[in-house]
Amino acid sequence: MQRHLISAADLTRDDAVLILDTAEEMARVADRPIKKLPTLRGRTVVNLFFEDSTRTRISFEAAEKRLSADVINFTAKGSSVSKGESLKDTAQTLEAMGVDAVVIRHGASGAPYRLATSGWIDAHVINAGDGTHQHPTQALLDAFTMRRRLVGRDAGLGQDLSGRRITIVGDVLHSRVARSNVDLLHTLGAEVTLVAPPTLLPVGIDTWPCEVSYDLDSTLTKSDAVMMLRVQRERMNAAFFPTEREYSRRYGLDGDRMARMPGHAIVMHPGPMVRGMEITAEVADSDRCTVIEQVANGVSIRMAVLYLLLGGNEPALTHARTTTEEK
Amino acid sequence: MSKILIRGAKVLGGEPQDVLIDGETITRVGAGLPADGAEVVEAGGKVLLPGLVDLHTHLREPGREDSETVLTGTRAAASGGYTSVFAMANTFPVADTAGVVEQVWRLGQESGYCDVQPIGAVTVGLEGAKLAELGAMHESAAGVTVFSDDGKCVHDAVIMRRALEYVKAFGGVVAQHAQEPRLTEGAQMNEGVVSAELGLGGWPAVAEESIIARDVLLAEHVGSRVHICHLSTAGSVEIVRWAKSRGIDVTAEVTPHHLLLTDELVRSYDPVYKVNPPLRTERDVTALREALADGTIDIVATDHAPHPHEDKDCEWAAAAMGMVGLETALSVVQDTMVETGLLDWAGVADRMSFTPARIGRAAGHGRPVSAGEPANLTLVDTAYRGPVDPAGFASRSRNTPYEGRELPGRVTHTWLRGKATLVDGKLT
Repeated sequence: MQRHLISAADLTRDDAVLILDTAEEMARVADRPIKKLPTLRGRTVVNLFFEDSTRTRISFEAAEKRLSADVINFTAKGSSVSKGESLKDTAQTLEAMGVDAVVIRHGASGAPYRLATSGWIDAHVINAGDGTHQHPTQALLDAFTMRRRLVGRDAGLGQDLSGRRITIVGDVLHSRVARSNVDLLHTLGAEVTLVAPPTLLPVGIDTWPCEVSYDLDSTLTKSDAVMMLRVQRERMNAAFFPTEREYSRRYGLDGDRMARMPGHAIVMHPGPMVRGMEITAEVADSDRCTVIEQVANGVSIRMAVLYLLLGGNEPALTHARTTTEEK
Repeated sequence: MSKILIRGAKVLGGEPQDVLIDGETITRVGAGLPADGAEVVEAGGKVLLPGLVDLHTHLREPGREDSETVLTGTRAAASGGYTSVFAMANTFPVADTAGVVEQVWRLGQESGYCDVQPIGAVTVGLEGAKLAELGAMHESAAGVTVFSDDGKCVHDAVIMRRALEYVKAFGGVVAQHAQEPRLTEGAQMNEGVVSAELGLGGWPAVAEESIIARDVLLAEHVGSRVHICHLSTAGSVEIVRWAKSRGIDVTAEVTPHHLLLTDELVRSYDPVYKVNPPLRTERDVTALREALADGTIDIVATDHAPHPHEDKDCEWAAAAMGMVGLETALSVVQDTMVETGLLDWAGVADRMSFTPARIGRAAGHGRPVSAGEPANLTLVDTAYRGPVDPAGFASRSRNTPYEGRELPGRVTHTWLRGKATLVDGKLT
């Protein structure tokens, strides 16, 4: 593992499988009456959020607290950032307070990379989503969810996603989730197909390690998982598509389309969902939709990432047993 | 003023010769000239060029004296071998009146390091809506002949047409920053493979090419000349080549950085590589070099764009666009054009002095190195090779993409009308 987690593309297959396996161990902690490990006791993690994202921040915060880290939440609103302070000064200020790791969400693509490589600070940097670039822990929790559902909780240990066919549908152009997933799923051996109207696919996508299709219906029957991306309504104002209804008709997932997917195939969504736009309520609420599981898995994945980056080399479960014994 | 004898200089890269300067003028060029009381500069095989002329410089004064002033910018120019620079109009206030261009012109005169020829804005406030008083700027003491809204594109086709027509009355030229604004909203870097991966807003080549295509056709229609700033794509080269073959009076410039750097560097997210137009691909770099060699692109212009450190020491999206270039331009051209065999030193003199002076009508600059001509000269140690050290820059700003990069060539002497502005690499 590297010192930082900036991009899903930085992970080797073995790194990624180690994170997924570690997350399975972490998930067991959540099944205990006391959901806490002492691993990061005395370590301080700051959640540095320049963009509103309650769910990602809460997920990281839950992971940090379950590992017994001291947690500082920093949101740009109402802070010195809104008064014009630079990213560099904000980061250095926080580090001066003794921060071991920075979990950063930023609207500018590359901001976490700058933070990790500019020599501004020494702390570990974990990217919690940057602009339209990367969101590596999202890709990891998605891969974790797929492995559990498609391979099995125990059978999946040590395994990757070789040969699984994953379809990702929606606003790929503006999606860090799509970029991270393409990178990670490719590393894990899956076959990825991106489906979107041509306006919502970036120029230059032809070099990505995936297939691209403009037609959702032709890919559904060949998918083990279909991941729907959020499509913001405002996009139609910039002529990316004509109307919300036309988008839904051509690229939305409804009950009829879901019925054409193979029986074992799952529906995924990184949330927040726009019901009636990219996904109907019928699909969102069906037991094939993993959106709630993904949220739960997100905590386990973020615990695993924090543990592996900050926690040293001891196996996580040693600590887990200690906790049980102390009880 | 005293006499100077430059001994053993390869004039435009030719056989070593002696050049005698008396006062402001070159009086003799030949072999074995007697010193005759003149101060002797031993050139020792260095290359002597006419003083370089930059048609595209941002001196930032008035308004952004924290990044550059006319004085520091002209010192940087002398350091880089320039004797004449054209100062772009996007200052605060904008150089869109006779008053502002005269101020910049006067500051240039006072600096004494390099002639400063102000460029006037095409439209009031660079807003693209209403023509600035182009005639007044031309008739001012600054004698403006080049007009540009650089930084912004004159995107309205009617305004562009009128500007092209209007400046014909006094031999002016419009220098277009070709950037279709709607196609570049939120643009952060070249649109292509790298932008798709990095998730940075794309600046597509077509946004430049479509404006160039429109403007060469407009120039043809109204019988005007048009100059294209910082051409950056292979497609733009094709359009200009086609326009020239049709007899359209178009000239074009390329920056040193577009001759050397590509958008692969943006993978570092280091804003030192953020520039407008953006760094393009290897294919574009190759096309630009070939076009500069065959004359499709007429000149090299620096687009010297100083920015204070804080405007680059941040995340990519928040950073300012632009690079300093005056002090590294000739080295980059030697590296990309001379050492690749694409241009000889006579060709460099043409692309960096003769032709830019002709396009901008810079009197007394871009003249042959021969008797009777103004002594605007640059002596280059072409054998030198070393890493770029921004700490040594005369410019007030340090935003160079070449820090630590090994580049060939070093300007050792610059003379502005017989007065040394740079001696042994040190400003006078």
